[in-house]
Amino acid sequence: MQITMTVNGVSHTRDVEARLLLIHFLRDELRLTGSHWGCDTSNCGACVVWLDETPVKSCTVLAAMADGRRVRTVEDLARGGRLDPVQQGFAECHGLQCGFCTPGMMMTARWLLDHHPDPSVAEIREALSGQLCRCTGYENIVRSVRWASEHEAAQPAGGDGGTGRQAGER
Amino acid sequence: MSGVIGQAVSRIDGPAKVTGSAHYSGEIALPGLAYAEIVGARVASGRITSIDTAQAEDAEGVAGILTHLNMPKVNNVPLLPSLIGGPAPGETFFPMQDDVVHYAGQPVAIVVADGLEQAQHAATLVQISYAETPSITTIDQGRADAYEPEKIFGGLMPAQTRRGNVEDGFAAADLLIDAPFRFAANHHNPIEALTTTAVWDGDQLTLYDSCQGIKAVQLTVAALLGLSPSKIRVLTRYVGGAFGAKAMVWPHVTLTALAAQYVRRPVRLALPRGQMFTSCGHREEQEQHIELGATSDGKLTAIRHHKISITSPFDDWAEPAFGVASQLYACPGFEGVHRLVRGNTMTPTFTRGPGEAVGVFTLECAMDELASELGIDPIELRLRNITDVDPNTGHPWSSYGLRECFERGARRFGWAGRNPQPRSERHGNWLIGTGMATAGYPIAFFMHTQRARAHLYADGTAIVQTATQEFGTGTSTVMTQVAADGLGIGLRDVRFEFGDTDLPNAGSPVGSNGAMMVSAAVHNAATAVRDQLITLAVSDSQSPLHGADPAGVVVAGGRMTLAGDANTGETYSSLMQRHIMSDAEAIGSWDPPPLDTPHGLLTFGAQFARVAVDADLGIIRVRHMVGAFAPGRVLNPKTARSQLMGGMLWGMSQALLEGTHMDTRHGRWANASLGDYLVPVNADAPDVDVELIEVEDHVTGPLGVKGVGEIGQVGAAAAIANAVYHATGYRVRELPIAVEHLLAHLPSGPASAAAGAQPDLT
Repeated sequence: MQITMTVNGVSHTRDVEARLLLIHFLRDELRLTGSHWGCDTSNCGACVVWLDETPVKSCTVLAAMADGRRVRTVEDLARGGRLDPVQQGFAECHGLQCGFCTPGMMMTARWLLDHHPDPSVAEIREALSGQLCRCTGYENIVRSVRWASEHEAAQPAGGDGGTGRQAGER
Repeated sequence: MSGVIGQAVSRIDGPAKVTGSAHYSGEIALPGLAYAEIVGARVASGRITSIDTAQAEDAEGVAGILTHLNMPKVNNVPLLPSLIGGPAPGETFFPMQDDVVHYAGQPVAIVVADGLEQAQHAATLVQISYAETPSITTIDQGRADAYEPEKIFGGLMPAQTRRGNVEDGFAAADLLIDAPFRFAANHHNPIEALTTTAVWDGDQLTLYDSCQGIKAVQLTVAALLGLSPSKIRVLTRYVGGAFGAKAMVWPHVTLTALAAQYVRRPVRLALPRGQMFTSCGHREEQEQHIELGATSDGKLTAIRHHKISITSPFDDWAEPAFGVASQLYACPGFEGVHRLVRGNTMTPTFTRGPGEAVGVFTLECAMDELASELGIDPIELRLRNITDVDPNTGHPWSSYGLRECFERGARRFGWAGRNPQPRSERHGNWLIGTGMATAGYPIAFFMHTQRARAHLYADGTAIVQTATQEFGTGTSTVMTQVAADGLGIGLRDVRFEFGDTDLPNAGSPVGSNGAMMVSAAVHNAATAVRDQLITLAVSDSQSPLHGADPAGVVVAGGRMTLAGDANTGETYSSLMQRHIMSDAEAIGSWDPPPLDTPHGLLTFGAQFARVAVDADLGIIRVRHMVGAFAPGRVLNPKTARSQLMGGMLWGMSQALLEGTHMDTRHGRWANASLGDYLVPVNADAPDVDVELIEVEDHVTGPLGVKGVGEIGQVGAAAAIANAVYHATGYRVRELPIAVEHLLAHLPSGPASAAAGAQPDLT
């Protein structure tokens, strides 16, 4: 079947099998390998991308379900050669070890900060609990998100502050 | 020399990993790539009576199917741990060589197709009939035929550990503790599944493999296929977690290479999560029984510690439970015995904190019980028994620090003034308890010669190389630091190159050895180049350093100067340009001390935990964990702390969540998914504090590094279990601890309602 979706602002039209999962479409068809595949059962969250404005686990979304919709992946977080504060936070605060869960974590964290710019530790922990990290013990992931929150708050109001929010967002 | 060792340098691989540009083994773009899917046996024991691939072969996109009927024969290769440095198959059995099924999930066919979905679909179309025979998949089913193996752990360890006379020790004891424990099997579940991509170019094979040791992959596949290692190149930069699952080389790696040869195309195999439970080993289901004898003032007189566990039909594998347990305390009598049951599972393997994380749990829970019985504070009880020498050999520790771990950990945790009475603290409906445990992990000098190459250019920048890989521990960051330090140049002037078997040989970083052994080779390579150039300078009449004692020359920022006289000297660049040298290079190597080195070899630590247990429901929440560790020289506190915190969460997970359970009707794991095999999520994680106690060690390589990979986990589960006892007054002797173990023993439960059931709590 033919599908068209806008991924990271670029429109792609492809003939795909109806059973193709979005994660494999992104990785194998578009070569956007920053989103990872980990479990097939929506448990690990390594595959989280945004479908329109919402983080989804792309291992349990068919590519066909994204037809006519917008997808945003980790490759779209940095804008104009500048890392998103969430990316900076994870790099700075050692919010990663093996890095396999990191892109999915960051996509959810970006969504969280867009909707709750100053989340508490408990709110961060809850928001990221649909995703598994086996390496870090999570403490530094929480710090990374807090780091991003604090740095965004310190930036002058008005611009998007390099957060890479999509057009039309608040 | 530059002071860059010990700095909290941010990860070198951080930018690549946060932008999604770090490539893992399943992300290598290759023209003509095909996808493989393994068909696993549906039965746990029996024979394949028929196998029909016709329908699968006709399915769209299928490029080829291998079964035992057309699979080439491979060589027999013995199981040897990858740390040794030779071929290291995870089990001696290799699938699809005949029609026999030894365990459920055993590969019985491999399907290759143009697309992943095509391969997955075609795999469901392979028709296989079995003649099933009765299987043994739990200790209970095979207990009657348990045996004592000669060696365990891939032949590395004797199955028995004995010291002194335990019967004399028990006779001299005033008090005995007798405690049996049961432990569910565990599966590592790194988030990146094991993934192999195989590419043949004529008779030359290139593998991109998600592994803990590229050299081990190269040598294992070479041995199985009868190829020269020079025909095989393994390229692996980033690995998405391992935890022991990728320490050995499992059959799917070689199967992928054979499949690629069969279809004459590059082939990728990524194990589906469900097959991660039957493809890369596990921590075996086990029981441990410990008996302690002690005098009334708390001195241990005897420890008897027995383990029984289940292994595969082909290998005597048990994780060693009594290394640390026999070494922590000065007890005159020790007896440790491993027994095995042969069952229809694949061969178990290393799992984080292999053996010791479970053995120390048993010992440290029993020590807590002893402390309760004697009315001695748990830390004080341990202080009365710890020893400055390895009690098995009488040799002094290569470095110690355990007393400081107790002191600083206790202070950070707020242990002082603890009311030892169980159920003595309650906040609302939460019963609060605290517990502690000693931690220890061996330093195993089994590795082969480690090598690295340092290559310095005349502009003062360098490339340092070794055949290791980055699986999240921070190797690429700390080795850049070690290289910069050894060369005396800036961190930004060093590129650390790794992940290619064509580079100088490094061992598989397992058993917490990675930082120690790789840093030793990198340091020796870097300082060899530095020393070459210092030697050249002091013998060069045009150099300001001419005639100086080479030992009195230091290098920082690429400039060689006299120690104590920074004005006298010159840069590497000026020296090299004068001598028309474009570069300088050296191979550095390091050999471990002999196995009989006269030193006790352990890394030490202390673990503390505070838990809250719901007084009605038995739900356990870990509120706070403190770990104090003495891991030798800390190369980078940022990476080391993260490793230790991650290990402590593994301890929490071991205590409360992780268990794979066998469905004995079918001989299959009943919960083989990440939805059913529980691991902690962010909201489960407690506040975790790590205290680093630096101890100087002159035995463990030129930099005095011990290791941080496992010690964070060891003891953590015992601290939690002891805290659960302190909160509830009930000792659960099974892991993972679950609500149902506690329900009958809570304030409103039936046991408490019955008069006298909990006399110590009234």
